[in-house]
Amino acid sequence: MADHRAFTLLRRRLLGVVPVFAIVVLGAFALLESAPGDAVDAYLAGIGGGDAAQVAALRAEWGLDQGPLPRFLAYLSALARLDLGWSSAFGRPVLDVVLARLPNTLLLMGMATLLALSLGSLLGIICGARPGSLHDRTISLAAIAIYAMPGFWLGLVLIVAFSVERRWLPSGGIETVASGLTGWDRAHDIGRHLVLPVLALGLVYMALYLRLMRDGMAELWAQDFVRAARARGMAGARLVLRHVARNALLPVVTMLGLQSASMLGGSVVIESVFAIPGLGRLASEAVARRDTPLLLGVMLLSAMVVMLVNLLVDLAYALLDPRVGSGTGG
Amino acid sequence: MTAPTRRSLLAGAAALPLLPRAAIAQRRGGRLTVAADSEPPNLNPAIIASNGVFFVASKVIEPLAEAAYTGKDGLAPRLATAWEGAPDGRSMAFTLRQGVTWHDGRPFTSADVAFSALEVWKKHGNLGRAVFRNLEAVETPDAHTAIFRFAEPTPAQLIRNALPALTAVVPKHLYEGTDIMRNPANQKLVGTGPFRFAEWRPGEYTRLVRNPTYWQQDRPHLNEIVYRVLPDRAAAGNALEAEEIQLAAFSAVPLADLDRIAKVPGIKVYSNGYEGLTYQLVVEINHRRKELSDVRVRRAIAHAIDRDFVVRAIFRGYATTSQGPVPKYDRTFHAPDVAGYGFNPQRANALLDEAGHPRGADGIRFRLRLLPAPFFNETRQFGDYLRQALAAIGIEATIVSNDTPAHLRAVYTDRAFDITVASPVYRGDPAISTTILFQSGLPAGVPFANQYGYENAEVDTIIRQAAATIDDAERVRLYRALQKQVTDDVALVNVAEFSFITVARDNVLNVSNNPRWAVSNWSDVGFAG
Repeated sequence: MADHRAFTLLRRRLLGVVPVFAIVVLGAFALLESAPGDAVDAYLAGIGGGDAAQVAALRAEWGLDQGPLPRFLAYLSALARLDLGWSSAFGRPVLDVVLARLPNTLLLMGMATLLALSLGSLLGIICGARPGSLHDRTISLAAIAIYAMPGFWLGLVLIVAFSVERRWLPSGGIETVASGLTGWDRAHDIGRHLVLPVLALGLVYMALYLRLMRDGMAELWAQDFVRAARARGMAGARLVLRHVARNALLPVVTMLGLQSASMLGGSVVIESVFAIPGLGRLASEAVARRDTPLLLGVMLLSAMVVMLVNLLVDLAYALLDPRVGSGTGG
Repeated sequence: MTAPTRRSLLAGAAALPLLPRAAIAQRRGGRLTVAADSEPPNLNPAIIASNGVFFVASKVIEPLAEAAYTGKDGLAPRLATAWEGAPDGRSMAFTLRQGVTWHDGRPFTSADVAFSALEVWKKHGNLGRAVFRNLEAVETPDAHTAIFRFAEPTPAQLIRNALPALTAVVPKHLYEGTDIMRNPANQKLVGTGPFRFAEWRPGEYTRLVRNPTYWQQDRPHLNEIVYRVLPDRAAAGNALEAEEIQLAAFSAVPLADLDRIAKVPGIKVYSNGYEGLTYQLVVEINHRRKELSDVRVRRAIAHAIDRDFVVRAIFRGYATTSQGPVPKYDRTFHAPDVAGYGFNPQRANALLDEAGHPRGADGIRFRLRLLPAPFFNETRQFGDYLRQALAAIGIEATIVSNDTPAHLRAVYTDRAFDITVASPVYRGDPAISTTILFQSGLPAGVPFANQYGYENAEVDTIIRQAAATIDDAERVRLYRALQKQVTDDVALVNVAEFSFITVARDNVLNVSNNPRWAVSNWSDVGFAG
């Protein structure tokens, strides 16, 4: 039964991929087209000038001497052959550039989500178990304070506190430069580099999930089925976890799916502050350098990530709530 | 610290490298990690003469000669040990260094120089194409002599001044018969320099390692140089304080943070070492705009700017005021007798009245679009100042903010502006970097050049004459006349000359000891110990 539901979901999601990709490609292309200046202008600014013949030769080489429509069609036909094109900003194939950055972004987002979800639900359950109690109010207040902080500011404060003042953790990068480390030593090194950025990115979402969990639970206490369970003599951890928390988890999981796109956006800032070579920063570089193929490559890959996360969320939903995905609704 | 102290510091700092360094013991080895803010996709300095490229490439690929604070013509020999221009300007002979090998083990010979000059600098160099336009042939009578032959008389002074930036020699055996612009060696550099190219991890770092067979005995001192990409403005300062990097050049630590970071123990601030890369803060004026085609209006704008205030408030003292298009550092070409335009709003107002632009009921004479270049914090800040300064003389400027490609397109292709804030860089000879700002008739789309419609037949004549003048003294006279004329005409308004700041840990030795230090080979840089 569960297998069948998952299969239906998967098929429906895969069919949805094509229009989403079309919108992403068209949107990103139109966005960069409407921005004044092209990749050659950006390149010339970097090299400090050149003569008219050189400028014309560059435009011809990068295909920028043609109008937007032929360029767009050329991109689509290359894309159909799974060719993502050439990045002028990095002088190498787009696929190489984006694939090199993907693991870092996935790692950052994955860890931040894990932190936000686990800590958020845990604290949410603690608060929601006794709404209105002293520790509920203290934790909720702290969560609101964290939620109000901009991610980049939190990042800078963490750097000053833990990298500059006390040299406990590195201030940036994904791993020690050319360290020669392998295996567990390398994983440990990467882990140390990820602590601060994961906190800066994850804490804001942690506060959000905490809020959702806590409020959901607070409402559930008044529901009939909870009162019925209580009347049957159920109490303590079993009541809190199996009846109240499990149901309050549903909106949290929904939010998780919705937030995956916004977290990708947040990672632009965090990746810049912590000098992590990831997709978010790459997207902003692609815009600054007017590197259309690169931006499209980043957008396509990001869209894939977001859709994958949402698929996982839907599957998790089906497991958490038997009412979902029974074939007719949802 | 106050501004005058800093200026005297600046003057004193230039003399520092002359002091004996023997007192400090220098250790061999170690990795120097420096901040980088850009990652050029093409690192070949023979093709792209830009500071972003040189910052990395100058350690790997060497020019014929490098700039020096002392020495004949302000040059220190690199791949060439001697050079002599013929009196008729038709040829120039270079004696090349012996016993030099490429990083892949092949010997360096005159054939490499001939190939680089004819096939790379002359055909592909973004600035070399103009300087070596008349280069006809390079004769190589033996492996260590290269004689450049020019179709038209070419000033030896110009070629000498071009040596540090425009004569990077690349290996013939890797480039011959290939598509030079797409050669993989443009990313994986192979040169003769003190460091070899190890790896580039885009978005992360570029790493160079010591060349054990460098021609200069006992050099380099360092084992490795790592350029860490730090995109955030605050990152370089933090990483320096945390000792994750040891040096940040090109003002990677913003001027606004310098006061604080200069007080951190173990950190040193250098304000010299960029004299050969002087930038000029300039107001470009669109002469096609009716009001601005009147020289009285342009003079009024020049009088409206308080240059001392700009240097003090925007550059925090790390700049000097300027009136003409050749910076004071170039004592050969700088024309000291250009009077220029002092801060005088009354005079500016009188000039505008005289030009027939009375203030309207709202106090406004006319309106302008002002496009500040987004290249530096200081160009943007000066844009804000300029708007206020112009408001004081009844000109209302509307600031149009663009990012870099949009700014280039608007100003140098579409010419859709009235005035801009620009930052042209001076490159050691007026023929390389200055004449392009004033000669008329350039096609639209050539950036950092006269796209503002300035036209003066006399100036065009001087530029043509100077290009064919062989005699050093006569060349200097012509370029000084040029400075006088364009300042008289207010072709554009020169406001200040600025360069950059280097911040380093104090155990890094031999920092800022030549006028193009950040883009020189760093073979003598090392750690105290």
